[in-house]
Amino acid sequence: MDIHQFLVSPAEIAQRHGPHDRIVMSSRVRLARNLKDATFPGWAKKPERVRVFELIRPAVESLPEMKGAFSEAMDNLSALDKQILVERHLISREHAAKSSGSGLVLNREETFCVMINEEDHLRMQALRPGLQLRQAWSAIDHLDSELEKKLDYAFNNDLGYMTACPTNLGTGIRVSAMLHLPGLVLAEQINPIIQSVNKLGLAVRGLYGEGTEALGNIFQVSNQMTLGENETTIVERLDKVLSQIIEHEENARQTLLEKKPKVVYNHIGRAYGILANAHSISSKETMNLLSLMRLGVDMSLFPGTERAVVDELFILTQPAHLQKQLSDKLSAEERDLIRADMLRERLKTVGRPIVKRFGPPGTGLDKLANS
Amino acid sequence: MICSNCKEKPATVHLTQIVGDKMQKLDLCEECAKAKGVNDPGGFALADLMLGLGASQEMEQSSGGVEIKCPRCGFTQADFKKSGRLGCPDCYKTFAEGLEGLLKTMHKGTRHAGKVPEALRASRDQADRLKSLQKKLDKAIKEEDFEQAAQLRDEIKHISPRGTGLTVT
Repeated sequence: MDIHQFLVSPAEIAQRHGPHDRIVMSSRVRLARNLKDATFPGWAKKPERVRVFELIRPAVESLPEMKGAFSEAMDNLSALDKQILVERHLISREHAAKSSGSGLVLNREETFCVMINEEDHLRMQALRPGLQLRQAWSAIDHLDSELEKKLDYAFNNDLGYMTACPTNLGTGIRVSAMLHLPGLVLAEQINPIIQSVNKLGLAVRGLYGEGTEALGNIFQVSNQMTLGENETTIVERLDKVLSQIIEHEENARQTLLEKKPKVVYNHIGRAYGILANAHSISSKETMNLLSLMRLGVDMSLFPGTERAVVDELFILTQPAHLQKQLSDKLSAEERDLIRADMLRERLKTVGRPIVKRFGPPGTGLDKLANS
Repeated sequence: MICSNCKEKPATVHLTQIVGDKMQKLDLCEECAKAKGVNDPGGFALADLMLGLGASQEMEQSSGGVEIKCPRCGFTQADFKKSGRLGCPDCYKTFAEGLEGLLKTMHKGTRHAGKVPEALRASRDQADRLKSLQKKLDKAIKEEDFEQAAQLRDEIKHISPRGTGLTVT
């Protein structure tokens, strides 16, 4: 099966909505599981990895959630295919580097993705748009309960689910959300926020997980501790912290508009100017500027433009997605030209940002305008 | 102070992370800090760094310098130091002593409190119950409360499956 025909179109992905999706781009819950009688993938020799893969794959495929799923061994995917899956956040960069004995099973709606033989035998994840941690947990909990009937998990009464890395031991759960926080970044409040989130035992990472930078003002917040408390407690804590971050981000945006409107208009206006007029632009710059445009849409500075226009571009302008649309293999420089062409074309219908008069309703300029 | 990673160069990067009420400290030289990606204090987790550093040291100490090898998969401490990952589920038993301290600093607790596979739920509950009864029994015997002890013994006999090896003396 061709992964490109299988994947949900970026336009459709951009139209998916969830609670608080202004700020929370997506929610994810991942569980790590291993088989009782097998060596962990990182230490197993190839024949054992292949044996485990062939044991797990049909079990996952047979789950009702995986009806009509895309199921493939990593060695049957091209480098471009794998990169596209990484850009969609469906597999990790580590998993993309794997070949024989590893694979993935992805359901039609792209709400479940199971990685086989990543760092653990099983890394199963449930994905949801917006802030839906509880829903994602209950979905993956159910999938896991179905799967445990078919596979013999490595489980110990004291240590819980055994994982290759001791940091995942116990529940094997990682609850995470992808947050768009341009307000906190512009207001220079992001570092104290990150520090206080860290103090609560939660990790803050960049766009592509461990060790990556926060491109496009997008941050991933996730739990770190997995042993000694139950899944619901972990989900609830993260949910609470996220609600607070959302509030801080909303406040930061509001304050910026009230106190430093010129700074906001300047950033957003320049971002639009470059995106709509550049003839060569890197994916990194694109991400950072699209982030500001997204902020502009949220602040109603682009009347008539939906957030989905920007969110679709977030996906389409990434290197592998861009490459996929073309028949010839391009260099990074050539991609920068094509990317700029695409942005100019797509943003043709989006007018330049407007300037709004802010302040409490019925005061100042608003009052003048109304009277 | 020397670097806790390479143990050669002087440590110039000092990291402290407080998670809840636990404090973790790490001293690195500039090169090791760079190699471990410690340049953005917000973007890394000390727990990840401690893996492979603190853990392997603790393991070495607990083994008294003797190289422990997992009898099932052949994984050694040196392998753990390199990758920060274990070889197989049995490794947790093999390296239990060294891992204990690490798990304590890394997690909320050292005993699993979450989901249990359904097939194991009944036996886990039973094992928990037996353990607590045995504890009460030991206490009763120690306090020479033989009436209570006899009662507990019967209770244990009643719920323990045949041949669990629980002996009442």
